[in-house]
Amino acid sequence: MLHLEYVYWLMGAWLALCALYNLRERRWAMAAFWAVVGCAFLFGDAIKAAGAAHTRWPAQLMGLGVIALGLLAVSGTMQMPSSTEGERRDSAARLGNRLFLPALTIPFATVALVLALPHLSWRGVALVEASQATLVSLALACVIAALVAVYTTRAPATQALAEGRRLLDTLGCVALLPMVLATLGGVFAATGVGDAVAAIVGAVIPVDNRLACLVAFALGMVLFTMIMGNAFAAFPVMMAGIGLPLLVHRHGAAPAVLGSLGMLTGYCGTLLTPMAANFNIVPTVLLELRDQYAVIRAQWPTALVLLVVNVILMAMLVFR
Amino acid sequence: MNYWPLIGVAVVIAGFALKRNPVLVVIAAGVASGLAAGMGVGDLLALIGDSFVSNRALLLFVLTLPAIGLLERYGLRERAQAWIASFRKLSLARLLIAYLGARQLLSMLGMIDLAGHAQTVRPLVAPMSEAAAQNDGIVLDDAARERVRALAAATDNVGRFFGEDVFLAFGAVLLIQGFYARNGIQLDPLSIALWALPTAIAAFVIHAVRIWWVQRSLERAHMKASGSEVTDAAP
Repeated sequence: MLHLEYVYWLMGAWLALCALYNLRERRWAMAAFWAVVGCAFLFGDAIKAAGAAHTRWPAQLMGLGVIALGLLAVSGTMQMPSSTEGERRDSAARLGNRLFLPALTIPFATVALVLALPHLSWRGVALVEASQATLVSLALACVIAALVAVYTTRAPATQALAEGRRLLDTLGCVALLPMVLATLGGVFAATGVGDAVAAIVGAVIPVDNRLACLVAFALGMVLFTMIMGNAFAAFPVMMAGIGLPLLVHRHGAAPAVLGSLGMLTGYCGTLLTPMAANFNIVPTVLLELRDQYAVIRAQWPTALVLLVVNVILMAMLVFR
Repeated sequence: MNYWPLIGVAVVIAGFALKRNPVLVVIAAGVASGLAAGMGVGDLLALIGDSFVSNRALLLFVLTLPAIGLLERYGLRERAQAWIASFRKLSLARLLIAYLGARQLLSMLGMIDLAGHAQTVRPLVAPMSEAAAQNDGIVLDDAARERVRALAAATDNVGRFFGEDVFLAFGAVLLIQGFYARNGIQLDPLSIALWALPTAIAAFVIHAVRIWWVQRSLERAHMKASGSEVTDAAP
């Protein structure tokens, strides 16, 4: 019924609209940038389907598009705010706490829909697939929130699109960073970067000392998470390289504890790396900070202390 | 073992260190790693295109922008600041520690997307933090403002990361269970999730102490600044 595909089409239409706005203002690079990204959403399922049927040119064309995005990103320009602080303060005083309602609609409607949608069906067909419920709910909640915001502010609906597009252009290519990083993760996995790192780590540690193995596992998780920007990508590599053969099989570590604490050790690395762009770089742009690494600077002491605590916890809990 | 694909890692590190455009750096790293692995151009393009499309869910947060953009045009951030300023006793540390705890608890219950940098930090938590810092008598010059905003974002990250792993159906727990299952070790997801609790508690304590510490250092910097004003005024 409500397929994730429709959400991607909505997203594609929204990006195409942003491209059109830029085209109208003769900002060619930005227009081309959002148009290419929009293609990934409008034709994503078609590209996937073609790939499954061994037709490779659509995916290759998309790959060319991604490389073009890298070149276009360099020439993008920033947007200026469309309103003065005085204007905003006046309308803040006029609308008061009513302004919070649409902002809170996004999170609360998302959760309500996540809980409700999987139980709803129409004529015996489930309304959404359980695995897609979160993303479909988030998209629906965004649409509902935009409508509530238009109703609350009594603004014309087109202004919501114009202001949204202004924010998107302010974010610029940084908005795309999480997606290209995940793409890189896929490329690294396919080219054997993970296996090479695990081989190097495995070659330098004394395998008979269980504490040395544990520390190597923990630091490997942190290091590899920092390189990939994602603990999920690091986990299978370090488990296959050190965790399973050395810690679990050779030294008898408890698998549940090792898995859980090992993953969380990787999260300490996520706090330390610009590669985890959606957590560490995107907010610096959202919050208009001058220092690209301001968020990492704010959280590295927490990450390092927690890393030490985590290694101690592992040493105490894993070998029982 | 072919070690040449590691050149992609070197490209990433060098690119980020030199502060080149991050999107260009990442794409260049992918191309370098693929060519070093001996892939043909056709295979590499298909791999990049397919991987890009497979990860498109990561851009969906952009759908929040029309609602947030419109609300900001009508003064959402100014309103959040005015609202928090009306609680005279709410200090920066209390606000952010309360947010940290709430974020962890909600994540543990699976409500991970209830908050986030686009959903809550930019429109609500960051402006509230600035107002709370001013409640404490901290004068926000550019450097102090930047520090407070970054701390708000960092608090959201810590709260999210060290809450979500306690949630049963979260991807990480299922990933761990799936990895072991493929290697012949059957585990109950609950037994994995519960072992995330000690780290969750440690993360709360450590980051709460750090929030309090940052507030102290901002207050001290302010006292020093106002102290020097007095000495400047004296003959």
